[in-house]
Amino acid sequence: MGLEAKLSSDGYLTTKLDAIIAWARSNSVWPMPMGISCCAIEMISAADPKYDIARFGSEVMRFTPRQCDLMIVAGTVTYKMAQVVRRIYDQMPEPKWVIAMGACTSSGGMYRSYNVVQGIDQFLPVDVYTAGCPPRPENLLNALITIQNKIKKSKARDYQDKILPELELSKN
Amino acid sequence: MDLKTTIIEKIKSKFGDALEEVTDFREDLSVTISPEKILEFCKFIKNDNDLSFEMCKDVTAIDWATRKNRFTVVYHVYSFKNNFNLRIKANLKDDPPAIDSVTPVWKSANWYERETYDMYGINFINHPDLRRMYMPEGFEYYPLRKDFPVMGIPGSLPLPEKND
Repeated sequence: MGLEAKLSSDGYLTTKLDAIIAWARSNSVWPMPMGISCCAIEMISAADPKYDIARFGSEVMRFTPRQCDLMIVAGTVTYKMAQVVRRIYDQMPEPKWVIAMGACTSSGGMYRSYNVVQGIDQFLPVDVYTAGCPPRPENLLNALITIQNKIKKSKARDYQDKILPELELSKN
Repeated sequence: MDLKTTIIEKIKSKFGDALEEVTDFREDLSVTISPEKILEFCKFIKNDNDLSFEMCKDVTAIDWATRKNRFTVVYHVYSFKNNFNLRIKANLKDDPPAIDSVTPVWKSANWYERETYDMYGINFINHPDLRRMYMPEGFEYYPLRKDFPVMGIPGSLPLPEKND
């Protein structure tokens, strides 16, 4: 019966390399949870059984940039914190994506003042902005699905010249 | 003699000349002392057996912006023995503003004074560790001064470079 019957007899199928790589990538997005304030609690909720981020293959929150390909910046980014966020982003291997979660991260939110960065796009390439203060977990999942769609359209060769980040051990 | 009168009498007899003002507004006692005497004054009210203001709850400042003596440093101290709060003020005359640190009297004043230094640029003489607290080291401005713009001064706080 159709494709399934064909697979059970021969055990292989043909596809384009780009398609299968993009498919694999989009269904195993590992987030770097960059939780800085209240948004982080909603992000944690997205991982609980009710919202279950594991449905999207994204339950592996690593708390280290080395193995992540999605940075969820959840919270108010101050000028002091911006240096840290950027450093962690730089340590993530390519290809990588960024979700700006919530009003503070996207635009400074209610903090129109000297100490809060008025939008992380000033120092990070953002792929998806999530509205809300803080956004509900569903909204974060929506952002994740948007990222997945973006990844599905990507080509493997877009990233082949990208290099792994170098450790800056000598500096410290 | 009730407690408030005792406190006022004691302070008056000891610091008559240095005491600039005593106000009692809605059960809130405030004394204004000349800044040269602040350390001596604080030592006295802490160690005196009747007063014993053992706890320094806060040190902050006021920027009057247009006034001649622009800054006022405000201390909130508390006496466990009497369950009594006292506010101490000192109008600073110098420019740049400076006053003796009260950390030898209350250890807790250390961070409060650092915070006040960070936000108002008031120097606390003989403070053991007068460094920036909220703002990055090397920041040139004092954000809670009245002439500091709310959105900051463009370029004064560096951001990481966006290179892709």
